[in-house]
Amino acid sequence: MTLPLFSTTEDPGPDFAGLIRRLQGPTPAVTAGTAPGGTSGSDRFRHGTTVAALRFADGVVMAGDRRATEGHAIAHRSMEKVFPADRYSAVAIAGAAGPAVEMVRLFQTQLEHYEKVEGVVLSLEGKANQLSQMVREHLPMAMQGLAVVPLFAGYDLTRGTGRIFTYDVTGGHYEETEYNATGSGGRDARTTIKLGYRVGMARDEAVELSIEALYEAADEDSATGGPDLIRGIYPLVATVTAEGFLAVPEDEVAERFAALIERRRAEGRQP
Amino acid sequence: MTMPYYVAPEQVMKDRAEYAQKGIARGRSLVATTYDLGIAIVADNPSRSLHKISEIYDRIAFAGVGKYNEFDLLRVSGIRHADTKGYAYSREDVEARSLANLYAQYLGQVFTHEMKPLEVEILVAELGNGLRPPQLYHIAYEGTITDEDRYAVLGGETEAIAQRLDEEWAAGWSLTDALRSAVDALAGPDRTLRGPDLEVAVLAEGNGRRAFRRLVNSELEDLLG
Repeated sequence: MTLPLFSTTEDPGPDFAGLIRRLQGPTPAVTAGTAPGGTSGSDRFRHGTTVAALRFADGVVMAGDRRATEGHAIAHRSMEKVFPADRYSAVAIAGAAGPAVEMVRLFQTQLEHYEKVEGVVLSLEGKANQLSQMVREHLPMAMQGLAVVPLFAGYDLTRGTGRIFTYDVTGGHYEETEYNATGSGGRDARTTIKLGYRVGMARDEAVELSIEALYEAADEDSATGGPDLIRGIYPLVATVTAEGFLAVPEDEVAERFAALIERRRAEGRQP
Repeated sequence: MTMPYYVAPEQVMKDRAEYAQKGIARGRSLVATTYDLGIAIVADNPSRSLHKISEIYDRIAFAGVGKYNEFDLLRVSGIRHADTKGYAYSREDVEARSLANLYAQYLGQVFTHEMKPLEVEILVAELGNGLRPPQLYHIAYEGTITDEDRYAVLGGETEAIAQRLDEEWAAGWSLTDALRSAVDALAGPDRTLRGPDLEVAVLAEGNGRRAFRRLVNSELEDLLG
């Protein structure tokens, strides 16, 4: 490796993706041209499924199940789909697992790179736009069945509020005022949140609702994993507030799932 | 046809070295020292936005004195090197030694082959871990690299500052002691430096994955007492 120095007219600035393109180093999967084969390939590639985000009084809650599938087979039981993007934002992914995880890695590096080179943190809007560009560059692969649809949420330090952005495969990004969910079980998760959502919920209520949403999604969608009581694998839940990204402890998530099932039994409903 | 004047290589090198030294001595100095929980870097720099100290990677910091545009270029290329390496391999594969070597090679190259040497002196600091002790790589304008495990002084009047610091330095001292001694050493007997005159940052355990943190405002005032 040599010291990456550029003439002032060719300097990539704080753009990390631009930098690696210029260095012709490892081409990030998300900016690669085409996928091999040209088939839909959903039975050959790993897919991640349901992720959800909702706003509450102090910020946002983000949650995602742990299952990855290859066609009708379960490929992985403890996949992570909710990641810290930086100190004050989180990104969750649904879709083709390989490029999705790679996109998150590039996104995380991109945000940190910008922060270090420029000496200031990107605005939340700026981060959302960056992710948008990455999704857009991935479009050729999305058209061949390797779609990646992220969900981005963070705490806007200038506005003092949590914000959520959803994406489509073309890279369009849309700000959500309250909540959203994506992935194959996204519809069920969204409906569950919709029924329980109130503006200005407390942290505990919001975490509880996200858990309920994932529970319902796993109940209806075969590709979404519910709480795995036998192996002790639970969905990942995280909050982003003025204190930054904070994962909800696994014990708390486990207790909430247990309580949810218990409560439903007591009420005489199907768990 | 005019013949170029012959200048002895010794003279060329001496002139260049003098030129670079003069440029560096014009600026203010900087001190880095290890303490019980990490590495503290203190710069005599009243600017709040034009930094001399900055973050390179999880456990690596950069500091430079001399011409701002020149060491800032080195800083950015260091970040690029570290981030591309960490992205291509893994975060734990990024270490200060290889970066310090690259800097040394580049500075040496410029010193011998370019019209003008870089008027900078830089420091690459790396927080230790179970396998490695903390390390301070001090790289001079002509590419000379030295590694210190106690303290490093960059800029003008380095001998006087180093002497003052050496008298105070103690293994495993606290951040408070380290900072106060570093500031006194920088200031010398005739001046006093307060919080607003200083740029201070630490690489410390307990800051999470990214060990770099700036100490500013009241936190710095409290530490300086």
